[in-house]
Amino acid sequence: MPKITFITADGAERVVEAASGVTVMEAALQNLVQGIDGDCGGAAACGTCHVYVDPAWTDKTGPATPGIEKDMLLLTDNVRENSRLSCQIRLSDALDGLIVRMPEGQH
Amino acid sequence: MTILTDHAERARTIPLDQIDVSDPELFRQEALHPYFERLRKDAPVHYCAESAYGPYWSITKFNDIMAIDTNHKVFSSDHTHGSFVLDDTTLNAVDGGIYLPNFLGMDPPEHDVHRMAVSPIVAPHNLLRFEATIRERTRRVLDSLPIGETFNWVDRVSIELTTMMLATLLDFPFEERRRLTRWSDIVTTRPGYGLVDTWEQREQELMECLAYFQQLYAERKKLPPQPDLVSMLAHTPSMQGLDDTQFLGMLVLLIVGGNDTSRSSMSGGALACSLYPGEFAKAKANRALIASMIPEIVRWQTPIAHMRRTALEDFEFQGQKIRKGDKVAMWYLSGNRDEDVIERPMDFIVDRPRARHHLSFGFGIHRCLGNRLAELQLKVLFEEVLERYSRIEVAGEPVRVPSNLIHGFIELPVRLHV
Repeated sequence: MPKITFITADGAERVVEAASGVTVMEAALQNLVQGIDGDCGGAAACGTCHVYVDPAWTDKTGPATPGIEKDMLLLTDNVRENSRLSCQIRLSDALDGLIVRMPEGQH
Repeated sequence: MTILTDHAERARTIPLDQIDVSDPELFRQEALHPYFERLRKDAPVHYCAESAYGPYWSITKFNDIMAIDTNHKVFSSDHTHGSFVLDDTTLNAVDGGIYLPNFLGMDPPEHDVHRMAVSPIVAPHNLLRFEATIRERTRRVLDSLPIGETFNWVDRVSIELTTMMLATLLDFPFEERRRLTRWSDIVTTRPGYGLVDTWEQREQELMECLAYFQQLYAERKKLPPQPDLVSMLAHTPSMQGLDDTQFLGMLVLLIVGGNDTSRSSMSGGALACSLYPGEFAKAKANRALIASMIPEIVRWQTPIAHMRRTALEDFEFQGQKIRKGDKVAMWYLSGNRDEDVIERPMDFIVDRPRARHHLSFGFGIHRCLGNRLAELQLKVLFEEVLERYSRIEVAGEPVRVPSNLIHGFIELPVRLHV
Protein backbone atom coordinates (compact mmCIF):
# COMPACT_ATOMS: atom_id res chain seq x y z
CA MET A 1 0.00 0.00 0.00
CA PRO A 2 1.42 3.39 -0.98
CA LYS A 3 2.44 5.72 1.84
CA ILE A 4 1.67 9.45 1.65
CA THR A 5 3.06 12.20 3.85
CA PHE A 6 0.78 15.17 4.49
CA ILE A 7 2.50 18.29 5.86
CA THR A 8 0.38 21.11 7.28
CA ALA A 9 1.13 24.81 6.72
CA ASP A 10 2.81 24.95 10.15
CA GLY A 11 5.00 21.95 9.42
CA ALA A 12 3.25 19.08 11.22
CA GLU A 13 3.71 15.77 9.38
CA ARG A 14 1.29 12.90 9.14
CA VAL A 15 2.05 9.67 7.27
CA VAL A 16 -0.85 7.51 6.11
CA GLU A 17 -1.20 4.36 4.03
CA ALA A 18 -3.94 3.87 1.50
CA ALA A 19 -4.85 1.37 -1.16
CA SER A 20 -3.75 1.87 -4.74
CA GLY A 21 -6.66 3.20 -6.75
CA VAL A 22 -8.01 5.61 -4.16
CA THR A 23 -7.28 9.30 -4.52
CA VAL A 24 -5.05 11.35 -2.22
CA MET A 25 -8.17 13.22 -1.03
CA GLU A 26 -9.92 9.94 -0.15
CA ALA A 27 -6.80 8.72 1.64
CA ALA A 28 -6.86 11.90 3.73
CA LEU A 29 -10.55 11.56 4.57
CA GLN A 30 -10.25 7.85 5.42
CA ASN A 31 -7.45 8.68 7.86
CA LEU A 32 -9.04 11.86 9.23
CA VAL A 33 -6.17 14.04 8.08
CA GLN A 34 -7.05 17.57 9.19
CA GLY A 35 -6.96 20.23 6.50
CA ILE A 36 -8.44 18.28 3.58
CA ASP A 37 -12.22 18.62 3.32
CA GLY A 38 -13.21 17.14 -0.04
CA ASP A 39 -16.70 18.63 0.11
CA CYS A 40 -17.72 17.70 -3.43
CA GLY A 41 -16.75 14.06 -3.04
CA GLY A 42 -14.05 13.98 -5.70
CA ALA A 43 -15.41 15.87 -8.70
CA ALA A 44 -12.81 18.69 -8.62
CA ALA A 45 -15.80 20.95 -8.07
CA CYS A 46 -15.16 22.63 -4.73
CA GLY A 47 -11.42 23.24 -4.35
CA THR A 48 -11.33 22.10 -0.71
CA CYS A 49 -8.62 19.45 -1.18
CA HIS A 50 -5.92 21.77 -2.53
CA VAL A 51 -2.34 20.54 -1.96
CA TYR A 52 1.17 21.46 -3.08
CA VAL A 53 2.94 18.44 -4.47
CA ASP A 54 6.54 18.17 -3.26
CA PRO A 55 8.80 19.21 -6.17
CA ALA A 56 10.46 15.78 -6.15
CA TRP A 57 7.08 14.21 -7.00
CA THR A 58 5.56 16.59 -9.54
CA ASP A 59 6.86 14.58 -12.51
CA LYS A 60 5.06 11.49 -11.22
CA THR A 61 1.77 13.16 -10.29
CA GLY A 62 1.75 15.37 -13.37
CA PRO A 63 0.32 18.90 -13.50
CA ALA A 64 -3.32 19.90 -12.93
CA THR A 65 -5.53 18.58 -15.72
CA PRO A 66 -7.14 21.05 -18.10
CA GLY A 67 -10.87 21.46 -17.54
CA ILE A 68 -12.59 21.70 -14.19
CA GLU A 69 -9.45 21.07 -12.05
CA LYS A 70 -7.55 23.91 -13.69
CA ASP A 71 -10.63 26.13 -13.73
CA MET A 72 -11.10 25.64 -9.99
CA LEU A 73 -7.42 26.17 -9.18
CA LEU A 74 -7.53 29.47 -11.07
CA LEU A 75 -9.98 30.68 -8.42
CA THR A 76 -8.10 29.31 -5.42
CA ASP A 77 -5.89 31.40 -3.14
CA ASN A 78 -2.12 31.03 -3.14
CA VAL A 79 -1.97 28.74 -6.12
CA ARG A 80 1.51 27.70 -7.23
CA GLU A 81 2.90 25.71 -10.11
CA ASN A 82 2.78 22.50 -8.04
CA SER A 83 -0.83 23.03 -6.89
CA ARG A 84 -3.23 20.15 -7.43
CA LEU A 85 -6.66 19.17 -6.26
CA SER A 86 -5.81 15.99 -4.39
CA CYS A 87 -9.05 14.30 -5.46
CA GLN A 88 -7.54 14.20 -8.95
CA ILE A 89 -4.36 12.33 -7.92
CA ARG A 90 -4.97 8.59 -7.92
CA LEU A 91 -2.59 6.49 -5.83
CA SER A 92 -0.47 3.72 -7.30
CA ASP A 93 2.77 1.97 -6.36
CA ALA A 94 4.60 4.59 -8.41
CA LEU A 95 3.40 7.20 -5.91
CA ASP A 96 4.55 5.25 -2.82
CA GLY A 97 6.29 7.85 -0.63
CA LEU A 98 4.43 10.86 -2.09
CA ILE A 99 4.77 14.09 -0.11
CA VAL A 100 2.12 16.81 -0.29
CA ARG A 101 1.87 20.08 1.63
CA MET A 102 -1.35 21.78 2.61
CA PRO A 103 -2.24 25.46 2.33
CA GLU A 104 -3.02 27.58 5.37
CA GLY A 105 -6.71 26.84 4.87
CA GLN A 106 -9.08 25.36 2.28
CA HIS A 107 -11.11 28.16 0.80
CA MET B 1 -51.10 21.30 8.72
CA THR B 2 -54.16 20.75 6.49
CA ILE B 3 -52.46 22.79 3.81
CA LEU B 4 -49.40 20.56 3.87
CA THR B 5 -51.47 17.37 3.76
CA ASP B 6 -53.32 18.77 0.75
CA HIS B 7 -50.03 19.50 -0.94
CA ALA B 8 -48.71 16.00 -0.28
CA GLU B 9 -51.80 14.53 -1.93
CA ARG B 10 -51.76 17.00 -4.81
CA ALA B 11 -48.04 16.42 -5.43
CA ARG B 12 -48.64 12.66 -5.75
CA THR B 13 -51.51 12.93 -8.20
CA ILE B 14 -51.04 16.06 -10.30
CA PRO B 15 -50.02 15.38 -13.94
CA LEU B 16 -46.28 15.94 -14.25
CA ASP B 17 -46.62 18.62 -16.90
CA GLN B 18 -48.64 20.75 -14.49
CA ILE B 19 -45.98 20.87 -11.79
CA ASP B 20 -44.45 24.34 -11.37
CA VAL B 21 -42.03 24.36 -8.45
CA SER B 22 -41.10 28.01 -9.04
CA ASP B 23 -44.31 29.34 -7.48
CA PRO B 24 -43.26 31.59 -4.52
CA GLU B 25 -46.47 30.70 -2.71
CA LEU B 26 -45.25 27.11 -2.36
CA PHE B 27 -42.10 28.43 -0.71
CA ARG B 28 -44.07 30.70 1.62
CA GLN B 29 -45.93 27.61 2.82
CA GLU B 30 -42.80 25.40 2.82
CA ALA B 31 -44.90 23.02 0.68
CA LEU B 32 -42.20 22.24 -1.87
CA HIS B 33 -40.83 18.99 -0.59
CA PRO B 34 -43.59 16.62 -1.80
CA TYR B 35 -43.36 18.15 -5.30
CA PHE B 36 -39.60 17.79 -5.36
CA GLU B 37 -39.93 14.21 -4.13
CA ARG B 38 -42.29 13.47 -7.02
CA LEU B 39 -39.96 15.08 -9.55
CA ARG B 40 -36.90 13.22 -8.22
CA LYS B 41 -38.82 9.96 -8.61
CA ASP B 42 -40.79 10.47 -11.82
CA ALA B 43 -39.13 13.30 -13.75
CA PRO B 44 -35.68 14.22 -12.43
CA VAL B 45 -35.05 16.43 -15.48
CA HIS B 46 -38.42 18.10 -15.80
CA TYR B 47 -39.77 20.68 -18.22
CA CYS B 48 -42.27 23.25 -17.03
CA ALA B 49 -43.77 24.89 -20.10
CA GLU B 50 -45.56 27.74 -18.35
CA SER B 51 -44.61 29.73 -15.28
CA ALA B 52 -44.42 33.34 -14.15
CA TYR B 53 -40.79 33.23 -15.34
CA GLY B 54 -41.40 31.52 -18.66
CA PRO B 55 -40.58 27.90 -19.51
CA TYR B 56 -37.75 26.26 -17.58
CA TRP B 57 -36.17 22.91 -16.79
CA SER B 58 -35.91 21.62 -13.21
CA ILE B 59 -32.94 19.52 -12.14
CA THR B 60 -33.76 17.90 -8.81
CA LYS B 61 -31.29 15.00 -8.19
CA PHE B 62 -28.03 15.63 -6.31
CA ASN B 63 -25.65 14.19 -8.90
CA ASP B 64 -27.47 15.76 -11.85
CA ILE B 65 -27.17 19.16 -10.19
CA MET B 66 -23.46 18.54 -9.69
CA ALA B 67 -23.11 17.66 -13.39
CA ILE B 68 -24.85 20.84 -14.58
CA ASP B 69 -23.12 23.08 -12.02
CA THR B 70 -19.65 21.92 -13.11
CA ASN B 71 -20.40 22.16 -16.83
CA HIS B 72 -20.13 25.94 -17.09
CA LYS B 73 -19.08 25.78 -20.73
CA VAL B 74 -22.53 24.54 -21.74
CA PHE B 75 -24.62 25.87 -18.87
CA SER B 76 -23.86 29.56 -18.68
CA SER B 77 -24.44 32.01 -15.84
CA ASP B 78 -23.69 35.00 -17.98
CA HIS B 79 -25.96 38.01 -17.67
CA THR B 80 -26.01 38.37 -21.44
CA HIS B 81 -28.00 35.13 -21.57
CA GLY B 82 -30.28 36.05 -18.69
CA SER B 83 -28.15 35.43 -15.60
CA PHE B 84 -28.33 33.00 -12.70
CA VAL B 85 -31.81 33.22 -11.20
CA LEU B 86 -35.12 32.15 -12.72
CA ASP B 87 -36.67 35.59 -12.36
CA ASP B 88 -35.06 37.74 -15.05
CA THR B 89 -36.27 40.94 -13.37
CA THR B 90 -33.93 40.41 -10.41
CA LEU B 91 -30.81 41.31 -12.35
CA ASN B 92 -31.85 42.45 -15.81
CA ALA B 93 -33.63 45.46 -17.25
CA VAL B 94 -36.76 43.57 -18.20
CA ASP B 95 -40.38 44.01 -17.07
CA GLY B 96 -39.49 46.70 -14.52
CA GLY B 97 -36.20 45.28 -13.22
CA ILE B 98 -32.87 47.05 -13.56
CA TYR B 99 -29.58 45.77 -14.89
CA LEU B 100 -27.26 44.56 -12.11
CA PRO B 101 -24.31 42.76 -13.71
CA ASN B 102 -21.88 40.93 -11.42
CA PHE B 103 -19.42 38.05 -11.51
CA LEU B 104 -21.89 35.40 -10.44
CA GLY B 105 -23.55 36.34 -13.71
CA MET B 106 -20.41 36.10 -15.80
CA ASP B 107 -18.57 33.29 -17.53
CA PRO B 108 -14.76 33.00 -17.55
CA PRO B 109 -12.46 34.76 -18.17
CA GLU B 110 -14.27 37.96 -17.09
CA HIS B 111 -15.75 36.07 -14.11
CA ASP B 112 -12.34 35.07 -12.78
CA VAL B 113 -10.97 38.63 -12.79
CA HIS B 114 -13.92 40.03 -10.86
CA ARG B 115 -14.11 37.15 -8.39
CA MET B 116 -10.41 37.25 -7.61
CA ALA B 117 -10.63 41.00 -6.93
CA VAL B 118 -12.82 40.44 -3.88
CA SER B 119 -11.98 36.89 -2.77
CA PRO B 120 -9.05 37.91 -0.49
CA ILE B 121 -11.60 39.32 1.99
CA VAL B 122 -12.52 35.75 2.98
CA ALA B 123 -9.01 34.25 2.72
CA PRO B 124 -7.91 32.12 5.70
CA HIS B 125 -5.79 34.83 7.36
CA ASN B 126 -8.73 37.25 7.28
CA LEU B 127 -11.04 34.67 8.83
CA LEU B 128 -8.63 34.34 11.74
CA ARG B 129 -8.75 38.11 12.10
CA PHE B 130 -12.57 38.07 12.20
CA GLU B 131 -13.17 35.26 14.69
CA ALA B 132 -12.62 37.25 17.90
CA THR B 133 -14.89 40.06 16.67
CA ILE B 134 -17.61 37.59 15.70
CA ARG B 135 -17.48 35.88 19.07
CA GLU B 136 -17.58 39.09 21.05
CA ARG B 137 -20.61 40.32 19.07
CA THR B 138 -22.39 37.00 19.22
CA ARG B 139 -22.03 36.90 23.01
CA ARG B 140 -23.34 40.44 23.30
CA VAL B 141 -26.37 39.67 21.12
CA LEU B 142 -27.20 36.48 23.03
CA ASP B 143 -26.73 38.24 26.38
CA SER B 144 -29.41 40.73 25.37
CA LEU B 145 -32.05 38.05 24.71
CA PRO B 146 -34.86 37.33 27.18
CA ILE B 147 -35.18 33.89 28.75
CA GLY B 148 -38.60 32.23 28.73
CA GLU B 149 -40.19 35.00 26.67
CA THR B 150 -41.09 34.81 22.99
CA PHE B 151 -39.15 37.02 20.57
CA ASN B 152 -38.39 37.08 16.83
CA TRP B 153 -35.10 35.20 16.38
CA VAL B 154 -34.80 36.42 12.77
CA ASP B 155 -34.65 40.07 13.75
CA ARG B 156 -32.79 39.88 17.04
CA VAL B 157 -30.21 37.23 16.14
CA SER B 158 -30.00 36.33 12.45
CA ILE B 159 -30.35 39.79 10.92
CA GLU B 160 -28.41 41.48 13.69
CA LEU B 161 -25.37 39.18 13.44
CA THR B 162 -25.19 38.94 9.67
CA THR B 163 -25.71 42.65 9.17
CA MET B 164 -22.95 43.50 11.64
CA MET B 165 -20.63 41.13 9.77
CA LEU B 166 -21.51 42.68 6.45
CA ALA B 167 -20.93 46.17 7.83
CA THR B 168 -17.47 45.03 8.92
CA LEU B 169 -16.64 43.49 5.54
CA LEU B 170 -17.63 46.70 3.78
CA ASP B 171 -16.44 48.98 6.60
CA PHE B 172 -19.93 50.47 6.38
CA PRO B 173 -21.02 53.09 8.96
CA PHE B 174 -22.05 50.80 11.79
CA GLU B 175 -25.04 52.76 13.09
CA GLU B 176 -26.63 52.73 9.65
CA ARG B 177 -26.10 49.04 9.02
CA ARG B 178 -29.79 48.14 8.74
CA ARG B 179 -29.80 49.99 5.44
CA LEU B 180 -27.74 47.05 4.16
CA THR B 181 -30.45 44.66 5.32
CA ARG B 182 -33.07 46.68 3.47
CA TRP B 183 -31.05 46.85 0.24
CA SER B 184 -30.34 43.14 0.44
CA ASP B 185 -34.04 42.36 0.81
CA ILE B 186 -35.21 44.52 -2.06
CA VAL B 187 -32.74 43.16 -4.59
CA THR B 188 -34.37 39.74 -4.51
CA THR B 189 -37.99 40.88 -4.44
CA ARG B 190 -40.53 42.32 -6.85
CA PRO B 191 -43.59 44.49 -6.18
CA GLY B 192 -46.45 42.66 -4.50
CA TYR B 193 -44.51 40.60 -1.99
CA GLY B 194 -44.69 43.05 0.88
CA LEU B 195 -41.39 44.89 0.54
CA VAL B 196 -41.84 47.35 -2.34
CA ASP B 197 -45.05 48.60 -3.93
CA THR B 198 -43.74 49.54 -7.35
CA TRP B 199 -40.81 48.87 -9.66
CA GLU B 200 -39.99 52.58 -9.43
CA GLN B 201 -39.65 52.31 -5.67
CA ARG B 202 -37.27 49.36 -5.98
CA GLU B 203 -35.17 51.19 -8.54
CA GLN B 204 -35.11 54.37 -6.49
CA GLU B 205 -33.93 52.57 -3.36
CA LEU B 206 -31.22 50.75 -5.30
CA MET B 207 -30.07 54.10 -6.68
CA GLU B 208 -29.84 55.38 -3.09
CA CYS B 209 -27.65 52.35 -2.39
CA LEU B 210 -25.44 53.27 -5.33
CA ALA B 211 -25.14 56.90 -4.24
CA TYR B 212 -24.30 55.92 -0.68
CA PHE B 213 -21.54 53.59 -1.79
CA GLN B 214 -20.19 56.04 -4.34
CA GLN B 215 -19.49 58.37 -1.48
CA LEU B 216 -17.76 55.63 0.53
CA TYR B 217 -15.79 54.68 -2.59
CA ALA B 218 -14.60 58.26 -3.13
CA GLU B 219 -13.44 58.47 0.49
CA ARG B 220 -11.61 55.13 0.39
CA LYS B 221 -10.00 55.98 -2.90
CA LYS B 222 -8.17 58.89 -1.26
CA LEU B 223 -6.89 56.72 1.59
CA PRO B 224 -4.28 53.96 1.43
CA PRO B 225 -5.71 50.46 0.72
CA GLN B 226 -7.60 48.92 3.66
CA PRO B 227 -8.81 45.35 4.08
CA ASP B 228 -12.47 46.12 3.39
CA LEU B 229 -14.45 45.38 0.23
CA VAL B 230 -15.05 48.99 -0.79
CA SER B 231 -11.40 49.86 -0.42
CA MET B 232 -10.46 46.72 -2.33
CA LEU B 233 -12.72 47.76 -5.23
CA ALA B 234 -11.25 51.26 -5.10
CA HIS B 235 -7.64 50.08 -5.23
CA THR B 236 -7.54 46.77 -7.13
CA PRO B 237 -6.05 47.52 -10.57
CA SER B 238 -8.42 45.16 -12.42
CA MET B 239 -11.47 46.89 -10.93
CA GLN B 240 -10.63 50.40 -12.10
CA GLY B 241 -13.10 51.89 -14.52
CA LEU B 242 -16.20 50.03 -13.33
CA ASP B 243 -19.18 52.11 -14.44
CA ASP B 244 -22.11 52.87 -12.10
CA THR B 245 -24.07 49.87 -13.29
CA GLN B 246 -21.17 47.47 -12.80
CA PHE B 247 -20.37 48.97 -9.40
CA LEU B 248 -23.97 48.57 -8.20
CA GLY B 249 -24.13 45.05 -9.64
CA MET B 250 -21.01 44.06 -7.71
CA LEU B 251 -22.34 45.66 -4.52
CA VAL B 252 -25.68 43.90 -4.59
CA LEU B 253 -23.97 40.56 -5.11
CA LEU B 254 -21.73 41.15 -2.09
CA ILE B 255 -24.64 42.44 0.00
CA VAL B 256 -27.07 39.64 -0.84
CA GLY B 257 -24.39 36.95 -0.83
CA GLY B 258 -23.12 38.04 2.58
CA ASN B 259 -26.46 38.59 4.18
CA ASP B 260 -29.60 36.68 3.19
CA THR B 261 -27.76 33.39 3.10
CA SER B 262 -26.13 33.24 6.52
CA ARG B 263 -29.24 34.86 7.95
CA SER B 264 -31.44 32.02 6.70
CA SER B 265 -29.03 29.40 8.02
CA MET B 266 -28.97 31.03 11.46
CA SER B 267 -32.78 30.94 11.54
CA GLY B 268 -33.02 27.47 10.01
CA GLY B 269 -30.51 26.21 12.56
CA ALA B 270 -32.69 27.48 15.41
CA LEU B 271 -35.75 25.82 13.88
CA ALA B 272 -33.86 22.53 13.44
CA CYS B 273 -32.71 22.62 17.08
CA SER B 274 -36.32 23.13 18.14
CA LEU B 275 -37.76 20.37 15.96
CA TYR B 276 -35.01 17.90 16.89
CA PRO B 277 -34.39 18.43 20.62
CA GLY B 278 -32.62 15.07 20.85
CA GLU B 279 -30.06 16.20 18.27
CA PHE B 280 -29.60 19.47 20.14
CA ALA B 281 -28.96 17.54 23.35
CA LYS B 282 -26.50 15.27 21.55
CA ALA B 283 -24.47 18.27 20.34
CA LYS B 284 -24.67 19.92 23.76
CA ALA B 285 -23.23 16.79 25.36
CA ASN B 286 -20.45 16.46 22.77
CA ARG B 287 -19.27 19.84 21.50
CA ALA B 288 -16.91 18.26 18.96
CA LEU B 289 -20.05 17.57 16.92
CA ILE B 290 -20.17 21.26 15.97
CA ALA B 291 -17.90 20.26 13.05
CA SER B 292 -20.72 18.23 11.47
CA MET B 293 -23.62 20.16 13.01
CA ILE B 294 -22.80 23.35 11.09
CA PRO B 295 -22.69 21.83 7.57
CA GLU B 296 -25.82 19.85 8.54
CA ILE B 297 -27.61 23.11 9.36
CA VAL B 298 -26.51 24.55 6.01
CA ARG B 299 -27.75 21.44 4.19
CA TRP B 300 -31.01 21.12 6.10
CA GLN B 301 -31.91 24.77 5.56
CA THR B 302 -30.44 25.21 2.05
CA PRO B 303 -30.62 29.03 2.12
CA ILE B 304 -30.45 29.41 -1.66
CA ALA B 305 -33.23 27.27 -3.12
CA HIS B 306 -32.01 27.33 -6.70
CA MET B 307 -29.46 28.69 -9.14
CA ARG B 308 -30.33 28.99 -12.77
CA ARG B 309 -28.23 28.48 -15.89
CA THR B 310 -28.90 28.97 -19.61
CA ALA B 311 -27.97 26.30 -22.15
CA LEU B 312 -25.52 27.62 -24.75
CA GLU B 313 -26.11 24.68 -27.08
CA ASP B 314 -28.53 21.78 -27.54
CA PHE B 315 -27.63 19.22 -24.91
CA GLU B 316 -28.97 15.78 -24.22
CA PHE B 317 -29.14 15.16 -20.49
CA GLN B 318 -30.57 12.08 -18.77
CA GLY B 319 -32.63 11.29 -21.85
CA GLN B 320 -34.08 14.82 -22.15
CA LYS B 321 -33.28 17.25 -24.94
CA ILE B 322 -32.38 20.61 -23.45
CA ARG B 323 -32.31 23.19 -26.24
CA LYS B 324 -30.00 26.11 -26.77
CA GLY B 325 -31.36 29.10 -24.86
CA ASP B 326 -33.42 27.06 -22.39
CA LYS B 327 -33.49 28.09 -18.73
CA VAL B 328 -32.26 25.37 -16.39
CA ALA B 329 -32.97 25.56 -12.65
CA MET B 330 -30.78 23.52 -10.32
CA TRP B 331 -32.88 23.02 -7.20
CA TYR B 332 -30.32 22.74 -4.41
CA LEU B 333 -33.23 22.47 -1.97
CA SER B 334 -34.27 19.26 -3.71
CA GLY B 335 -30.79 17.82 -4.28
CA ASN B 336 -30.09 18.19 -0.58
CA ARG B 337 -33.11 15.94 0.07
CA ASP B 338 -32.10 13.31 -2.51
CA GLU B 339 -32.55 9.98 -0.77
CA ASP B 340 -30.15 8.26 -3.21
CA VAL B 341 -27.22 10.34 -1.93
CA ILE B 342 -28.25 11.42 1.58
CA GLU B 343 -29.61 8.98 4.14
CA ARG B 344 -32.80 10.09 5.93
CA PRO B 345 -32.54 13.38 4.07
CA MET B 346 -35.52 15.09 5.69
CA ASP B 347 -34.02 14.65 9.16
CA PHE B 348 -31.61 16.95 10.95
CA ILE B 349 -28.77 14.76 12.24
CA VAL B 350 -25.92 16.55 14.05
CA ASP B 351 -23.45 13.69 13.68
CA ARG B 352 -24.25 12.93 10.05
CA PRO B 353 -21.26 11.22 8.38
CA ARG B 354 -19.79 13.27 5.50
CA ALA B 355 -22.02 16.19 6.45
CA ARG B 356 -20.00 18.54 4.26
CA HIS B 357 -21.16 16.73 1.13
CA HIS B 358 -24.13 18.99 0.38
CA LEU B 359 -25.18 21.33 -2.42
CA SER B 360 -25.97 24.50 -0.49
CA PHE B 361 -22.82 26.33 -1.62
CA GLY B 362 -23.08 25.09 -5.20
CA PHE B 363 -20.21 23.39 -7.01
CA GLY B 364 -17.85 24.46 -9.75
CA ILE B 365 -16.50 27.90 -10.54
CA HIS B 366 -19.48 29.75 -9.05
CA ARG B 367 -19.26 27.96 -5.70
CA CYS B 368 -20.10 30.27 -2.81
CA LEU B 369 -17.21 32.63 -2.17
CA GLY B 370 -18.07 33.33 1.47
CA ASN B 371 -18.77 29.76 2.56
CA ARG B 372 -15.92 29.63 5.07
CA LEU B 373 -16.96 32.88 6.67
CA ALA B 374 -20.58 31.71 6.81
CA GLU B 375 -19.48 28.51 8.53
CA LEU B 376 -17.38 30.49 10.98
CA GLN B 377 -20.30 32.75 11.91
CA LEU B 378 -22.58 29.75 12.36
CA LYS B 379 -19.98 27.85 14.35
CA VAL B 380 -19.51 30.68 16.82
CA LEU B 381 -23.26 31.26 17.13
CA PHE B 382 -24.14 27.63 17.81
CA GLU B 383 -21.15 27.08 20.11
CA GLU B 384 -22.42 29.95 22.23
CA VAL B 385 -26.02 28.69 21.98
CA LEU B 386 -25.02 25.19 23.13
CA GLU B 387 -23.06 26.75 25.99
CA ARG B 388 -26.01 28.79 27.28
CA TYR B 389 -29.31 27.07 26.65
CA SER B 390 -30.83 23.69 27.42
CA ARG B 391 -33.40 24.08 24.68
CA ILE B 392 -34.50 26.36 21.85
CA GLU B 393 -38.26 26.30 21.44
CA VAL B 394 -39.98 27.67 18.35
CA ALA B 395 -43.09 29.04 20.00
CA GLY B 396 -45.25 29.95 17.01
CA GLU B 397 -45.73 29.48 13.31
CA PRO B 398 -42.65 30.64 11.31
CA VAL B 399 -43.33 33.26 8.64
CA ARG B 400 -41.33 32.41 5.53
CA VAL B 401 -39.99 34.47 2.64
CA PRO B 402 -42.23 34.11 -0.44
CA SER B 403 -39.31 33.48 -2.80
CA ASN B 404 -38.06 30.61 -4.91
CA LEU B 405 -34.51 31.92 -4.45
CA ILE B 406 -34.12 33.02 -0.81
CA HIS B 407 -35.20 30.07 1.31
CA GLY B 408 -35.55 31.89 4.59
CA PHE B 409 -37.70 33.41 7.28
CA ILE B 410 -39.29 36.74 8.07
CA GLU B 411 -40.32 35.71 11.56
CA LEU B 412 -39.32 32.85 13.81
CA PRO B 413 -40.90 33.20 17.25
CA VAL B 414 -38.47 31.63 19.69
CA ARG B 415 -38.41 31.00 23.43
CA LEU B 416 -35.12 30.15 25.09
CA HIS B 417 -34.69 27.87 28.08
CA VAL B 418 -31.63 27.83 30.34
